[in-house]
Amino acid sequence: MAFFRRSPQIVSAQATARRSAKDLHVGETGTICCLEDPEMALKLLEMGCVPGVQVRLSGRAPLGDPLMLVLGDQEYTLSVRASEAATILLKE
Amino acid sequence: MAATASNLAHAGAIAPRTGSAAEPRPLRIALIGNPNSGKTSLFNQLTGLNQKVGNFPGVTVDRKTGVAQLTATQRAEIIDLPGTYSLYPKSLDEKVITDLLYDKAADNYPDFVVVTVDANNLRRSLLLFTQLGDLGLPAVLALNMMDVAERHGVNIDLAALERELGVPIIPMNARKGIGVAALKIVMAQRLDAPPVRFWEPDERLLLLVRQIRYYFDLHNDYLALHYAQQYRQIGFLSADEKNHIQELTQQAGFNATAAQAAETIGRYARINEILLETVTVTRTETREPISNRIDKVLTHRVGGYLIFLGVLFLLFQAIFAWAQYPMDWIDQGISALSAVIQANFSGPLVRLLTEGVLAGLGGVLIFIPQIALLFGFLAVLEETGYMARVTFLMDKLMRPFGLSGKSVVPLISGLACAVPAIMGARTIESWKDRMITIFVTPLMSCSARIPVYTVLVALVVPDQAAWGIFNLRGVALMSLYLLGLFSALGSAWVLKKVLKARERSYFIMEFPVYQWPRWKNVALTIYQKVQAFVLQAGRVIVAISVLLWVLASYGPGQQQATAEAQVRQAAAAQQWDAPEISRRVASARLETSYAGKFGHLIEPAIRPLGYDWKIGIALLTSFAAREVFVGTISTIYSVGQDADMGTLQQKLSAEKDANGQPFFTPARAFSLLVFYVFAMQCMSTLAVTYRETKNWRWPLAQLVYMTGLAYVAALAVYQVLA
Repeated sequence: MAFFRRSPQIVSAQATARRSAKDLHVGETGTICCLEDPEMALKLLEMGCVPGVQVRLSGRAPLGDPLMLVLGDQEYTLSVRASEAATILLKE
Repeated sequence: MAATASNLAHAGAIAPRTGSAAEPRPLRIALIGNPNSGKTSLFNQLTGLNQKVGNFPGVTVDRKTGVAQLTATQRAEIIDLPGTYSLYPKSLDEKVITDLLYDKAADNYPDFVVVTVDANNLRRSLLLFTQLGDLGLPAVLALNMMDVAERHGVNIDLAALERELGVPIIPMNARKGIGVAALKIVMAQRLDAPPVRFWEPDERLLLLVRQIRYYFDLHNDYLALHYAQQYRQIGFLSADEKNHIQELTQQAGFNATAAQAAETIGRYARINEILLETVTVTRTETREPISNRIDKVLTHRVGGYLIFLGVLFLLFQAIFAWAQYPMDWIDQGISALSAVIQANFSGPLVRLLTEGVLAGLGGVLIFIPQIALLFGFLAVLEETGYMARVTFLMDKLMRPFGLSGKSVVPLISGLACAVPAIMGARTIESWKDRMITIFVTPLMSCSARIPVYTVLVALVVPDQAAWGIFNLRGVALMSLYLLGLFSALGSAWVLKKVLKARERSYFIMEFPVYQWPRWKNVALTIYQKVQAFVLQAGRVIVAISVLLWVLASYGPGQQQATAEAQVRQAAAAQQWDAPEISRRVASARLETSYAGKFGHLIEPAIRPLGYDWKIGIALLTSFAAREVFVGTISTIYSVGQDADMGTLQQKLSAEKDANGQPFFTPARAFSLLVFYVFAMQCMSTLAVTYRETKNWRWPLAQLVYMTGLAYVAALAVYQVLA
């Protein structure tokens, strides 16, 4: 699958370089490029985190985790843990 | 509404169901949809109060079924399935959906499904719909929340969407009941499988899919693909059949995760094409949606927690203060009833009825106000969407202990009563998180411990100020509560290390849009929870009450009669008055009863904790419910059941040990207090744990663990202080 980058070298080499939804600033919008963790990806895909969809970080819980993500132009809000958001990679 | 009319015309074009009056069974219709898509509202609209809650076999999910009167002559059985985002179950609860829909030969296989879809979230909602369509299930699409969609400038070309999806679409607003009549008319028709296919398995999978399809004689490829994906969890397949599928998938090099991801992506691509032609969005509002603005306040880093504390305060106010009135009425009503019975009849059977059955029944009914209020309160929080924000606020705090944000509500409810709290743990999807929550919730000091705490703290802690502002008794009481809280968190942490996860824990959760609660749904929730408690936990409680009554009322041989005769002789010599005599008689009979024998029997075991056989009796009788401790102690020290706390405390202070020193030393009292903080002295909790886990091992483990903890802690306290 093209959007899974399962090869461990690629993941570790790029995970530091690529931004994920976790790295967004509050209020900032990015576009989902791919999902890193295959198992987590299934759940995220079902919830509408599809590559190409816009994602906006609308807030963080007071302790910094979980995050509140607004998806697409449909304006619905997901709550995800920071560790889960880290698997949502963004386009450059 | 023109759209509705066109749908009616569409529905009318389908051949009416022939001979429906002579049908041997009514239509069976399953209601399925995303969480928060208005499925519950629609279910309530269709069935009214005509519903019953059962269980799906093997899992703890409520199986809600109801009967809908579709036309004057036709009824249908409606099954309400748990909310889900796809046909690939992520939690055990969602598995009931695939169990139901995979097996065409199953008894409960639905004639068709009604798919509730949120018109504001069409893209995501249609994912589930296209999967159902590809399984070949006849379907009706209930396009819900049309009013909100219109307000948000979402324009849906219903005729075009109907053409693209190949099923009747009913626009509706289930909260207000708009569109329900039209939906019923469509539901009364014979529906054919939808002619449209949305997605086909990749050609590379086709060989595998066909092998499975022909081996099991399945009606389409997509179902065969689901067999390949989920054969391990399909209940009705034999071990041989599962092995066969495993071999086939291994031969084909089938990668389930990749295949499922490809399917989801493929479906979204198709859905995007459909939506491009049928939906136009003209955003009328440029401001942030009101829900997001409310979130800024309710999840604020300071304000969020303050508001949550305020909500908690209100909750406790409701459970401790408001519930007290109906609880008193029930208590007095039961006492009055048993007084009437005892005044007019006599004999052992009447005593069994009043002191065993009625007392047990009272023990069940007394919880109803608290359960009703707690669940009413929680239902309102859930309905408004606030609960999701609470879990969001608390998740990070709970995770080090192996709990999730969703464990907060049960733990807090546990301060009132563990019974509804454990029932409230159902919202936790992850099996491990849920079991940990259920296991540790009874360690939170519930309201039944209050009488025990009050009596013993008042006995040994002086009523004086500490550090200027606090009352020493208040500090002691608070320490007991904190001890309960920390033991719950600590035990959760231990369990987190011990228990193996059955599935990965997720926190990915949709934030529902804030809305006013639907009072009808709240009322139904209260009704169903109370009913479940009374019928299922109630039976066990009444049975054990009767057993305990027998143990406390009867003794071996003639010992009770002898003891009573001795008391009466002494009474004649000492010239006691009549109430004093009856109190002394009750005390003597209890000592020589089986319960009294038990007290003597366990005395060696509890002596290291500082207890004597009298406390042993109280431990046994309060196994049913902690608050019985005070009543039993009153009987043993023969102050009479109705004496006020002051009288009881005088008696207890006057109690002397063998050396003539006061029996209730601080060491003994604190040992007993600590024992009651930890001990699982509540059969209602054990019964409800069994009901929720469907396994006797959990309540047994709870009993052994908590009693063991109580014993060791009380032993330590007594040995150190004494």
